[in-house]
Amino acid sequence: MEFFAWCVMAAGLGMGLGSVGTGIGQGIAIKAACEGVARNPGASGKILTTMMIGLAMIESLAIYVFVVAMIILFANPFTDQVVELLIK
Amino acid sequence: MTHPFLFLQWIEQQLHLHIGEHVIYTWFVMALLILVAYLASRSISMVPSGVQNFMEAVITGIDGLIEETMGEEGKAYFPLIATFALFILVCNLIGLVPGFYPPTANLNTNAALALTVFVLTHVVGFRKHGIGYLKHFMGPIIWLAPLMFVIEIIGHIARPLSLTLRLFGNMYGHEVVLMIFLALVPLFLPIPMMLMGVLIAFIQTFVFTLLAMIYIAGALEESH
Repeated sequence: MEFFAWCVMAAGLGMGLGSVGTGIGQGIAIKAACEGVARNPGASGKILTTMMIGLAMIESLAIYVFVVAMIILFANPFTDQVVELLIK
Repeated sequence: MTHPFLFLQWIEQQLHLHIGEHVIYTWFVMALLILVAYLASRSISMVPSGVQNFMEAVITGIDGLIEETMGEEGKAYFPLIATFALFILVCNLIGLVPGFYPPTANLNTNAALALTVFVLTHVVGFRKHGIGYLKHFMGPIIWLAPLMFVIEIIGHIARPLSLTLRLFGNMYGHEVVLMIFLALVPLFLPIPMMLMGVLIAFIQTFVFTLLAMIYIAGALEESH
């Protein structure tokens, strides 16, 4: 049973750690975009587009972690083996 | 972890088809788009009205985006890019309607789209540059080529992977969050999440089409 407890731990902690880096990265990107718009409000449209693309790129890191967490929780390849071992 | 009742899936189960809900809903989206395209082009007039007006605005927007990112060369890829944009957008937005399942929240749909982009970029590259397209993978200095080649190949294989997983993770994640909120507080609390879902649907469509455009444009340009 410990196996499943560790699975939940890994999914939760992994998602948290992944979000930390992504949050910092997106914060820096938005800071730069805000500075750019404040200096040159005319370029806000272009900056918004570029920022959105960048944010989506950074966000995909967190998305990867999310996918891995979902695999650990719902589609763990080792679950069958562990259940077999538990039955024995 | 999907919507509790999917009516097309229910119809499928009644008919014993065993196709999978994402394929059924993909067909639904296709039928919807074909219907809209038919309605828009049924009676084309110089002064547009109704559906034609709406579709012209959408098409002009995508056309401008392609011209901005890819230049004149990109015009040839307009049908593909516009289809991607419309299909993914409708797929994403349909998930917000109760009883519908977004086909993009399934890995297979996204993998099909991303692999189309991946194959097309290389076909386009080889058609444009011939065997000289391999220079794209060689890097700037010739004696670094063996090293650069491996890195570039890995980079190119990572493209469809990241395209697939980004769209899948966003749509599926939104679905899961919505279901959890619905289970916690069914009244009013999911509404802000659904509003964010609209935003995510548009942004992810934009990102997917823009990345597809950038990849194709990258294959078209001369090697540096």
